[in-house]
Amino acid sequence: MTIIIPTPLRPYVDGQSKIEVSAPTVKGALDALTLERPELRKHLFSAEGKIRAFVNVYLNDEDVRYLPQKEDSAVMENDTLTIIPSIAGGR
Amino acid sequence: MSVLHFPQPIYDSIRAHGEQTYPHECCGVLLGHSLQGNWSVVSAVRAGNTRIDSAHNRYRIDPAELVRIQREAMRGGLDIAGFYHSHPDHPAQWSSTDFAEAHWIGCAYVITEVANGKAAVTNAFLLTGKTEEDKRFEAQTIEIGESTAVPSESHN
Repeated sequence: MTIIIPTPLRPYVDGQSKIEVSAPTVKGALDALTLERPELRKHLFSAEGKIRAFVNVYLNDEDVRYLPQKEDSAVMENDTLTIIPSIAGGR
Repeated sequence: MSVLHFPQPIYDSIRAHGEQTYPHECCGVLLGHSLQGNWSVVSAVRAGNTRIDSAHNRYRIDPAELVRIQREAMRGGLDIAGFYHSHPDHPAQWSSTDFAEAHWIGCAYVITEVANGKAAVTNAFLLTGKTEEDKRFEAQTIEIGESTAVPSESHN
C-alpha cells in the first residue's frame, strides 16, 4: 500500500512524498514505515505508543479514528494511507 | 531570515479572503515549491473554517479537506508550503493558540490583520525546529513578484 507523507515529515524519508509498504492493517503499515525510522516514529506516536492527537491518519477517504476497527482496520495493496497533521489556530 | 515568495495575485487573494470572511477568520492552504529553505508559493486554496462556534477568533481546517488538497497538490507537482489565516481586528502576530496548534514544521504560517474589514498588515512565520518540543516560529521575509519565479536568496 501507499503511505502519503506530509511536507514536515519528508526529511525523515529522504524527501519522498510517498512510501510503499506491505502490511495487513493500518497499524502494521505505520509500524513498517517507522520501524527503522525512530525519529519519524517520535513525530507520529506518543511515548505511550499512541498516535499523537494532532496527527490525522486517513485510510483512503476515511479518518481511521472513526473506522470500526480503527488502527486494526485491514488494508489492501491498492489502499492509500495519508498522514496529515492538523491545522488550527486563532488570535 | 527565510523568504516566502508570492505572485502578486495570490498575495492579493489571501488578503481579500480575510476581508470577505470578516469579522470571522479565514483560512487556507499555500501550495508551492521549496528551494534552499525558501518557499515559492504557486497557488492558494481557500478552505472552510470549521470553528463555527468561535469563528471570530479561531480557525480549523477539516483534515478531510486537507487530504483532498494535498492529493490535488501532489498531482500538480506541488507541495503544501504553508497555511494562511486572518486575525480580525487583531495584529498579524502569531498567538499562543497559533503556536500550540502549529505542527507543520518547515512550513509557512501567514497571518493577515483585517482591521474594520480591510486587510492591513500581513506577516509570515516559518515553523522551525525538529520536534514538537523544540519547535518555534521565525519571522519570514515576504517577497512579492509578478510570477511564480523562485525566491531570491535571503541577505539576512
